[in-house]
Amino acid sequence: METKYAVTVDDLTVAYNYKPVLWDIDLSIPEGVLMAIVGPNGAGKSTLIKSILGIINPIAGSVSVYGKPYDKQRKLVAYVPQKGSVDWDFPTTALDVVMMGTYGSLGWIKRPGSTQKKAALEALEKVGMLPFKGRQISQLSGGQQQRIFLARALVQNASIYFMDEPFQGVDATTEIAIINILKELRKAGKTVVVVHHDLQTVPEYFDWVTFLNVKKIATGPVKEIFNDDNLTKTYGINYKVSVQQ
Amino acid sequence: MSLQEYFSLVFSDYTLRTITIGTAILGAICGMLGSFAVLRKQSLLGDAISHASLPGIAIAFLITGTKDTNVLLLGALISGLIGAFWIRGIVKNTHLKTDTALGLILSVFFGFGMLLLTFIQKMPNANQSGLDKFLFGQAATLLISDVWFMAIVTGICLVVLFLFWKEFKLLLFDADYAKTLGFNTKFIDALITSFIVLAIVLGLQTVGVVLMSAMLLAPAAAARQWTNSLSTMIILAAIFGMLSGVVGTGISASQSNLSTGPVIVLVAAIFVVFSFIFSPSRGLLFRQIRFLKNRRDLKLHKTLSFMFDLVKTHEDKSHPHAVKILNNFQGYTRGTLKKLEEKEYIKVEGKMWSMTEEGYQFAGNLYNQHIENE
Repeated sequence: METKYAVTVDDLTVAYNYKPVLWDIDLSIPEGVLMAIVGPNGAGKSTLIKSILGIINPIAGSVSVYGKPYDKQRKLVAYVPQKGSVDWDFPTTALDVVMMGTYGSLGWIKRPGSTQKKAALEALEKVGMLPFKGRQISQLSGGQQQRIFLARALVQNASIYFMDEPFQGVDATTEIAIINILKELRKAGKTVVVVHHDLQTVPEYFDWVTFLNVKKIATGPVKEIFNDDNLTKTYGINYKVSVQQ
Repeated sequence: MSLQEYFSLVFSDYTLRTITIGTAILGAICGMLGSFAVLRKQSLLGDAISHASLPGIAIAFLITGTKDTNVLLLGALISGLIGAFWIRGIVKNTHLKTDTALGLILSVFFGFGMLLLTFIQKMPNANQSGLDKFLFGQAATLLISDVWFMAIVTGICLVVLFLFWKEFKLLLFDADYAKTLGFNTKFIDALITSFIVLAIVLGLQTVGVVLMSAMLLAPAAAARQWTNSLSTMIILAAIFGMLSGVVGTGISASQSNLSTGPVIVLVAAIFVVFSFIFSPSRGLLFRQIRFLKNRRDLKLHKTLSFMFDLVKTHEDKSHPHAVKILNNFQGYTRGTLKKLEEKEYIKVEGKMWSMTEEGYQFAGNLYNQHIENE
């Protein structure tokens, strides 16, 4: 059977002031995988996601989603940014932030109505944040803020999810809540791409992995390529991890 | 003229009424748009733009030779916009940070403007005096046509705000995310910036280049203290701005030798100070009160939890203990004991105390994180 690719990246190159951050990345993400992007600090993991999503302009390369240019397929793609990328003192509530996930399908000018509100409440329920819907967002803990971001992406009802370090600085409860949702998404046939830092949990959480350090080192099933060889190539040191199957 | 006379004159005197309505509208639109500047962390953008508009005024005068306010303000608008987009260009294309770019544009444009003003003042042209009114503003020169123009711009601004409310909110909170949803963030951003520039130019005649940014920031900063909702914040900022305009005009009209612009700004500043101290959730006063109350509660809880540890070793929870035992414990005072008794967590009889059922329950749940006390 021929593999169907959710996202295909061709020759993607990004540079900040002559210094290449991503160099000639070719990447095909099969439909339905739960993929981790791993690599050292400064490897360009966030940059890869951001340039796939058009937040950063690459100097070369193209991205297609299900065979069509990303620009035409935006509605199929949802994004969970790093928690620290916004000001949480912004005057708004948890529910309101989650509602923002519906803005894309609404398009310009049209206001969210009861359908959108219902969807937002359902997403809040899924991430276990329903009791906090009316909270001012600065009064949520870091883990709760992360779950709000996740709920916002769930509301988009996309086929492909890009998440930038969703596990960073969250407690065990939130980590479990998030990973359960990721697994649920995979069960529903969605494709999930996660920038991930904790190498220990890669085999447990993910089935697909991409090693990145400015260049793409390797990409494939965790069982096949998550080994010392690739880790050493990516991190530059002999990084021993015990791979538990 | 006393303040009382002023208020009776506001309704009958044409000039005074014009000025009052003008400053009220100006305050409202500045408060509204200032909220955006504050939330985008571009508070200084307004300052840079208003300073950047000065050379435009001077050049417009040099080219046309007229003192027609509309022509001069058109010059201000163009040079303000050039300043605003240069700031953006510098930030985007160099390593310089926003604050540096703002400071650079602000001082270079203002310096150039001052240079032109002194040049104009030395020209053998009787017409030149009066340009410096744009430095600190002169509300008395407001005409009814100016006020109409302000009202129309405010109206357009309200319509745009209403139409693009959702887009504005999204951009303010998370611009990157807005981009991934397919919104043209450059367009929304340019829309906000253009309106801010427009509001600044409208205010130059009244408040002046130097103080203009306070009109944008003060009402917004004050409004933020009172609410956690964006719409309420913008409405409040508009009201604060309007009141500053009206009260400022009133004070300056009732005293001789008080120019309107600075008085309006000072009134707006009073709103800020008042809000920073007295706002219930974010104000300094209530924060201090909460802090003291928390400390008192904590002392009480510490004592109670010490008692709980004692009581829990006994089969009979109401078993009396000697007050003396508590002497070894730091947080305990006679006062805390009394308060605990008032709350009916313990009973004191002579030199003995015992815990009530209610107190036992409360103390047991004291440090339990899983129980939400919503």
